[in-house]
Amino acid sequence: MASIFEKLGNTDRRIIFILIALAVIIPIITHLTFPNPVGAEPSRDMYEYVDAMPSGCNVLLSFDYDPSTMPELQPMAVAIVTHLMNKDINIVGMALWPQGASLGQEVMSSVADSLGKVQYEDWCNLGYKTGGGIMIVRLGSSMSAVFPTDRDNLPWEEIPMLEYISDLSSFDLVISLSAGDPGIPAWVMMAGDRFGVPVGGGCTAVSAPQFYTYLQTGQMVGMLGGLKGAADYETLVGIEGGPAVRGMAPQSVAHLVIMLFIVIGNVAYLSEKKKGGRG
Amino acid sequence: MNWEILGIWLGALVTLCLYSFLYRDNPFYKFAEHLFVGMSAGYWVIYTIENVLKPNWWQQMFPEGGGFNWVWVIPGIFALFMLARIIPKIAGLSRMALGMIIGAGAGLNMVAFFQTNAMAQVKGTILSLSSGGVWDIFSNIVLVVGVVSGLVYFFFSKAHTGIFGKAANVGITILMIAFGASFGYTIMARISLLIGRCQFLLEDWLPTIPRLLGLGG
Repeated sequence: MASIFEKLGNTDRRIIFILIALAVIIPIITHLTFPNPVGAEPSRDMYEYVDAMPSGCNVLLSFDYDPSTMPELQPMAVAIVTHLMNKDINIVGMALWPQGASLGQEVMSSVADSLGKVQYEDWCNLGYKTGGGIMIVRLGSSMSAVFPTDRDNLPWEEIPMLEYISDLSSFDLVISLSAGDPGIPAWVMMAGDRFGVPVGGGCTAVSAPQFYTYLQTGQMVGMLGGLKGAADYETLVGIEGGPAVRGMAPQSVAHLVIMLFIVIGNVAYLSEKKKGGRG
Repeated sequence: MNWEILGIWLGALVTLCLYSFLYRDNPFYKFAEHLFVGMSAGYWVIYTIENVLKPNWWQQMFPEGGGFNWVWVIPGIFALFMLARIIPKIAGLSRMALGMIIGAGAGLNMVAFFQTNAMAQVKGTILSLSSGGVWDIFSNIVLVVGVVSGLVYFFFSKAHTGIFGKAANVGITILMIAFGASFGYTIMARISLLIGRCQFLLEDWLPTIPRLLGLGG
């Protein structure tokens, strides 16, 4: 007769799907929130680097993602843009991904409206340009050659905040919100290592582990990894009830359910192995 | 019903159609899948023409001020060469275009890639094992031992026995820990996407139902 663990080990995958769905839905419906302490993490490094920048600095913010990764990267974008605008830092937005330009516009215009910032004086959006890393090399010699107009076809020369910006060296920091390639690796490789501009960024949780090496070598000043990174930045900036912080409760409950099933699966495996069922 | 609500309903229905696959394959899922593939193809064709070809090629060849820059005919010809793949007799022409892309890409990226992803990482592993606090020393030892033993595991010209085998075992253990961390992050990413969809369904879509039924809200 099969033991309870063996029966659990053979659970129909659809039951697991239902439990995961409930683990996500119930905390959202009940507005469950967990505290989100931010320790000495890459997200704090990122926050402290930006926070130490004096007002009037220029930051190139690249929106290298599309709607499929919005749940992770859009909250990061809102938190970073809020922080930059609160610090009176000029934001030049652009995108290596086609739909990133629209998503960036949505974030920058909404945050700017709430903080009273003016387009073309405090922020602008240059839009999308194809080419990835090769295009970044060109930005190193001339920004206006790559972006003769902004996203709304306003000529470079008519945008007041771009008067003193010529190439990548005009920026004090490049931030890439990256969902894949092209994204953070291209910026680190070309803007960081080739032109010496400090690079920071945020990325999807899937790609976060590969960028930890850039942090350890100092090739990145800080990083926001996935929803947790976004929640950290929201906490540090002081955004109350932000989407990422709200998302951490269902995230934690779902992780607990998954951990439970990993334990059950392993116990079932070992139990079967003990009986000689599996090699 | 305004356009915003219509958009929310379309998004919600397609989301539910796609999640229905978790029960089993069904016509609703197939419909949503085909809708996504078809719309994506159409969207990207138009987007590429409007945002890549027109500004980066056509408007360079025929500037707004008038005139004709003949040099931009060359990339146009190379672009046509790429399409030659669909005609077997002249398919070889596409290799010229591909050769140019690969050559330019390799030339621009090779040194930078090696510098960023190999040299800088090697440099980052050359650490002092005696300076700094206790935690720093411990971290540096873990890093150096992890890198060296990981490399030993992938050295296949010598049998993994004796001291060499023990070092390889340390290497595979370190690798397993790294894979575990990656797996954890992957779970977080997938759950984040599910949270995003659930927040949309519960916070954007559900409140529209009483409004449509005239129940206020």
